[in-house]
Amino acid sequence: MKIRSFDDLKQYKKSLYGNKKTAKYTVLVGMATCGVASGANTTMTAFEETVNELGLKNVTLKRTGCIGYCFLEPIAEVIDEQGNSTIYTKVDKAKVAEIVSSHLQNGKPLTEGVIKPDMQRINLAEVKPIQKRQLRVALRNCGVIDPESLDDYIKYDGYMALAKCLFELTPNGVIEIIKRSGLRGRGGGGFSTGLKWSFVAKENAPVKNIICNADEGDPGAFMDRSILEGDPNSILEAMAIAGYATGAAHGYIYIRAEYPMAVKRLKIAIAQATEMGLLGDNIMGTDFSFDIQIKLGAGAFVCGEETALIHSIEGKRGEPKMKPPYPAKRGLWGEPTCVNNVETYANICPIIIKGDQWFNSMGTTKSPGTKVFALAGKINNVGLVEVPMGITLREMIYDVGGGIVDGKAFKAIQTGGPSGGVIPYTMLDTPIEYDSLVAMGSMMGSGGMIVMDEDDCMVNIAKFYLEFSVEESCGRCTPCRIGNKRLFEILEKITNGNGTMDDIRKLKELGRVIKDTALCGLGQTSPNPVLSTLHFFEDEYIAHVVDRTCPAKTCSSLIRYFIMPDKCIGCTLCARVCPVSCIDGERKALHSIRQHECIKCGACMDACKSNAIVKR
Amino acid sequence: MTPNMTNEEKYALLEDFINQQENKSTSLIAILHYAQELFDYLPNDVQTFVAQKIGIPTARVYGVVSFYSFFTTKPRGKYKINICLGTACFVKGSDKIYNEFKKQLSVEDGEVTQDGLFSIHPVRCIGACGLAPVVMINEDVHGMLNAKEVAPIIKSYRDKEGM
Ligand SMILES: Cc1cc2nc3c(=O)[nH]c(=O)nc-3n(C[C@H](O)[C@H](O)[C@H](O)COP(=O)(O)O)c2cc1C
Ligand code: FES
Repeated sequence: MKIRSFDDLKQYKKSLYGNKKTAKYTVLVGMATCGVASGANTTMTAFEETVNELGLKNVTLKRTGCIGYCFLEPIAEVIDEQGNSTIYTKVDKAKVAEIVSSHLQNGKPLTEGVIKPDMQRINLAEVKPIQKRQLRVALRNCGVIDPESLDDYIKYDGYMALAKCLFELTPNGVIEIIKRSGLRGRGGGGFSTGLKWSFVAKENAPVKNIICNADEGDPGAFMDRSILEGDPNSILEAMAIAGYATGAAHGYIYIRAEYPMAVKRLKIAIAQATEMGLLGDNIMGTDFSFDIQIKLGAGAFVCGEETALIHSIEGKRGEPKMKPPYPAKRGLWGEPTCVNNVETYANICPIIIKGDQWFNSMGTTKSPGTKVFALAGKINNVGLVEVPMGITLREMIYDVGGGIVDGKAFKAIQTGGPSGGVIPYTMLDTPIEYDSLVAMGSMMGSGGMIVMDEDDCMVNIAKFYLEFSVEESCGRCTPCRIGNKRLFEILEKITNGNGTMDDIRKLKELGRVIKDTALCGLGQTSPNPVLSTLHFFEDEYIAHVVDRTCPAKTCSSLIRYFIMPDKCIGCTLCARVCPVSCIDGERKALHSIRQHECIKCGACMDACKSNAIVKR
Repeated sequence: MTPNMTNEEKYALLEDFINQQENKSTSLIAILHYAQELFDYLPNDVQTFVAQKIGIPTARVYGVVSFYSFFTTKPRGKYKINICLGTACFVKGSDKIYNEFKKQLSVEDGEVTQDGLFSIHPVRCIGACGLAPVVMINEDVHGMLNAKEVAPIIKSYRDKEGM
């Protein structure tokens, strides 16, 4: 059927609740990339087979997106008639059998391997006070709805926000709401979304475009993928709202080719929504038409930058260009174009339905709302979290993130990816928002947070990011193409143990020059990892060049492996694993390493069972 | 990849695809994606063919191919081992996994093993950072790896091929 009016949509939503008796238990299996990689397909099949074999009539099985606990996948949630939820982790075939026999057949939930996240989801239809630390606005539907079912999305008030815009608000009215909400772009820069929309709306042009930036180039960030895989329709709906507000009729989603599952689900969602008349010509019977196309990226970080992205959609090399003119004035095909990030769009529908005041009651005055962060690195709870802006890093790491792996000492957190910087221990009580991060020499970026402990060398991390920027530089401007290469070479020299104090001075000087002179955002921010590690951890750089040591014991040129005489039991294991056979020793006798032949691979240390091998 | 097809059939499919595009020149990236799916890589002949059918200089096609790391002009193994060297994987020791794969297969980046089965490609983040360190072999994602698991993984693919 086709939806031809607001009433049609309301009726249709009602009918979805009406005709099917809800089963006693709903079992949700998280099937985003992380889940599937951990075996969620096997879990789903096992549930299907067991439920069919036993002929259980009171169970509904449902595929869903990611609930954010990547390290505990595959995850299955069982919800009973009263709405009580039990979230099972690491659900393999055996666990499925247990869950079915105990919980689904006998009503006794298991108690082992269960988590109770400190998390609350917003509901579009009602307002509830915030009670939990994690608050899901952008991720509201991820892990709840079936991402391949438009009906399921409509059940959770899908397309109500678009209907409200089309039937109750003027384009200008929509822009005013978004402006007043204070929503800032989640793609990195933090520019006011309402303001950007108003610029595009102001342009007098026959054709305008809406782009969704789903390039997600920052390694370590995966919130956009998660939203697209778990709730694709919310992005389509928000893009249509942006189209209505700005007067654009065409939408493009630029997505990385590395995200095949997200692409597949977007295609399904576009087809279903078009079929129902929620996208395409004369949406819901109005004279507003809006279509959406998918454009695949091809593996270039710089294509996340909006002008480069536009070139890429046009079928060209993804090289950025000077701004202004901004895309809002002259973008895709030279027409006014509004580019927003996936997570920015994911906030639009809740704002339209629940209002700007509701939105800016969350977070801080300058950065309202919530933000999704991808926690990765040496932290216990690796995964996606969504929290109100303004939470401190300490709360983030120790409360939400569950602390550092193996109880090691926290050293620094990296935000903003290759454009950002590190934040050290001393800054742990700083609230996280756009401006506070910039003040610390880092930036919000897309929300990737890499947690590092005492074993991570800051010089080496800076080198890692510079290597990234060197590879990803498009080569258009000299400061970025050559300057970053020089920075990288100096860092390489330092980590190889050949650095001098003058090199440290050069790093600072060159870093500032590149920042001031590069053409696009990539080059203007690429020295940040160097400058910020230098700012907070200069002593580590000095240790490398003056003492010729690596305090974190990471840089292989500056460390040596030794066998401790009092601990070696002469088991010969180390000698056997050594790839260059540089360990001498008889059975039951002390072994020793021929230092000049050692390639410092660490294989011996990993192999030793008596902890007799140390790095110095 | 489509191993059971002759080159003529592949070129015919590619030509059909190109003709379906409303605006051929702006669809260049989509066309190259399709071509790489068919041929598994983009040798000079394929690039020239694309350029002729679209009616643009081959240099423009090559400019685009060489700009994007997803496109490759060298043949790849039947199993493409994409090793993530993104940040989350890096701090969890992905370099060790990477070296172990190179050692076990005796190949460098972009080279194909003698039997044609494997090639190694370092990549930046496949979005499964929660499972770091991550390796993606064709469509299969292997997460939370340590170096000891590398040999058994390779063996499992060899077994599949009966080798
Ligand atoms: C080098 C570079 C890479 C970028 N990568 C991304 C990206 O992967 N995703 C994204 O949404 N924005 C990225 N941006 C920011 C975009 O240029 C643009 O500002 C953003 O998409 C605007 O959307 P927003 O206002 O909703 O944040 C990048 C910018 C630069 C300079
Ligand atoms: S950094 Fe390896 S998957 Fe993201």
